[in-house]
Amino acid sequence: MLTDLLGFPPQVLFGQLLLGLINGAFYAVLSLGLAVIFGLLNIVNFAHGALYMLGAFATLALTQYLGIGYWGALILSPIIVGTLGILAERLLLRRLAGIDHLYGLLLTFGMALVIEGVFVKLFGASGTPYAAPAQLQGGINLGFMFLPWYRGWVVVASLAVCVFTWYLFERTKIGAYLRAGTENPRLLQAFGVNVPLLTTLAYGYGVGLAAFAGVLAAPITQVNPMMGSNLIIVVFAVVVIGGMGSIMGAIVTGLSMGVIEGLTKVFWPEASSTVIFLVMAIVLVLRPAGLFGKTA
Amino acid sequence: MKLFKKFAASASALALLTSGASAEISDGVVKIGLLTDMSGTYSDVAGPGTVTAAEMAIEEFGGTVAGAPIVLVSADHQNKADIAANKAREWGDTEQVDAFAELVTTSVAMAVFEVAKQQNKIALVSGAASSPLTNEACIPTGLHWTYNTRALAVGTGSAVVKEGGDSWFFVTADYAFGEALQNDVSKVVEAAGGKVLGSVKHPFPASDFSSFMLQAQASGAKVIGLANAGGDTINAIKAAKEFGIVDAGQTIAGLLVFLSDVHALGLETAQGLQMTVSFYWDLNDETREWSKRFFEKTGKMPTGIQAGTYSSVRHYLKAIEATGSDDTDTVVAKMREMPVEDMFSHGGVLRTDGRMVHDMYLAEVKSPAESSGPWDYLKIVRTIPGEEAFGPLSESTCPTK
Repeated sequence: MLTDLLGFPPQVLFGQLLLGLINGAFYAVLSLGLAVIFGLLNIVNFAHGALYMLGAFATLALTQYLGIGYWGALILSPIIVGTLGILAERLLLRRLAGIDHLYGLLLTFGMALVIEGVFVKLFGASGTPYAAPAQLQGGINLGFMFLPWYRGWVVVASLAVCVFTWYLFERTKIGAYLRAGTENPRLLQAFGVNVPLLTTLAYGYGVGLAAFAGVLAAPITQVNPMMGSNLIIVVFAVVVIGGMGSIMGAIVTGLSMGVIEGLTKVFWPEASSTVIFLVMAIVLVLRPAGLFGKTA
Repeated sequence: MKLFKKFAASASALALLTSGASAEISDGVVKIGLLTDMSGTYSDVAGPGTVTAAEMAIEEFGGTVAGAPIVLVSADHQNKADIAANKAREWGDTEQVDAFAELVTTSVAMAVFEVAKQQNKIALVSGAASSPLTNEACIPTGLHWTYNTRALAVGTGSAVVKEGGDSWFFVTADYAFGEALQNDVSKVVEAAGGKVLGSVKHPFPASDFSSFMLQAQASGAKVIGLANAGGDTINAIKAAKEFGIVDAGQTIAGLLVFLSDVHALGLETAQGLQMTVSFYWDLNDETREWSKRFFEKTGKMPTGIQAGTYSSVRHYLKAIEATGSDDTDTVVAKMREMPVEDMFSHGGVLRTDGRMVHDMYLAEVKSPAESSGPWDYLKIVRTIPGEEAFGPLSESTCPTK
């Protein structure tokens, strides 16, 4: 068998593939949010990692101060953080509409540094543990590995959100308006559609996706101020590989990069933080617009 | 960007203006440059707490030594050797810094050693752990204070082997420190008749450890040794618990665990973990008194790195006080001559290879039932005498010892 040839027993390989898929689910949800924001607002949202972190901290705060558990937070945290995102779009990002991308990038990057800096100052770098909900404690022995129920839930929830988002943007009327708004906002406005409101809501939705991923991550890693900055660069690479602004590209690339990274962790663990960038470089040489991107 | 400086409150502008410093103190000021990780993986084990600890040492001298004001400057090295080296060079060349302090992360300490050697300045290492710092990588003015990977191996490594953990697999941070720790522990395990089955090197820092921990599980080793630190250790321990590795019978040996890590994990997850520490706040009246003052300033109990920074800065200033000079060679000679006497160390000896030899402790994390509240986390299992922990000077491979 191929797996035997590579010197690894098949059960190890299956386990690593599954773990890769779990991590890929996070990449998919995060890069999906970035793709929505870039596709509709033309903003390279470097604050995405910080917003993901805010989602996790909101979960923690809801439990500690209001006694609202994980399931409530899964709905409320994205709404809270999404509202913050809407405020930021109205108060700050809107002013940069129509000028060079670079300004939006710098502003969101600055926002991320400020938010993360404040949280490190307040909470320290080690973070706080957050317990998985009682219904998802423990796990199941699959024969080739022990799968914690919670990790399984992460994959199911992420895929559900990805499919919903794809459907919303590609198959509904609101999605059609949004896509038309990027193509030709003036024309759409002439038809009586409130385009600025649409873009604000789209940003709020993208931010909400980041926060949703943050809630999913809270029981897995420590809830920690730097949890987003460790991830965001990889997620940007995923978006570039998939094609900036492509929703399907973000989903498929997120999952597949998780798997590629997972396999690298077995065959060459030291390179596992680099392999995605290697793929990015190769894709940029062969298909500059990304795997799913349309060439301009 | 993230680089920021702060002058210690103890050195008032007035003192700077009016000091009629003695001729022996160069530039009329004793200046200590503290480089640490202010916001990254190691900022809780070292970080701002080490600045507070150094300030507490300076306060004991009333802000002046040998008639000259003491100034503390600090910067965030972001765990990057190049940032640390550039800052140290700038401090030494243009800002009259006499000694570098703290220096968590081995790669940072090694880079600053280069600068200290060129400029003939003192490097007071507290946070970096690798034993090569007083062996092949040693410099005459590099003083390694708090602990090292050999002492961690002697403490936790031998304790785990003694309990029957005779086959090991390492999950190792992929840089100089992880390698040094894995080497030192492997030596101890093999000397005790145990076997090392393999290792996996993970990027530093890493966030998801499930893959590495499952590889460790598949090795079938009785003990999974974590040759990493800070946030990496926390995430690895969490993953081991989540994936049922501990319940399935394998032992997790955290080879470098700090009090702040236990605090972050919570006793429910961390209980029973054995760890080697250079310091614990609840050792005796002296440590409790000092730690209480530290807690009032920071809201946290000190880690060994923070207490060690206090001790190293204090001993450095003691030597300046005794000699009336801040000349590097004079001060280092005096620091070696005087025993290190403070709440961190009693009868500590600073050897010619740069190693400060003092007692270490093997501790075990209490269960939630044993703990009386926040920060009551450890029980001391055994005191490891300095010589046993750090080995004799004859073992050191430092060429200038």
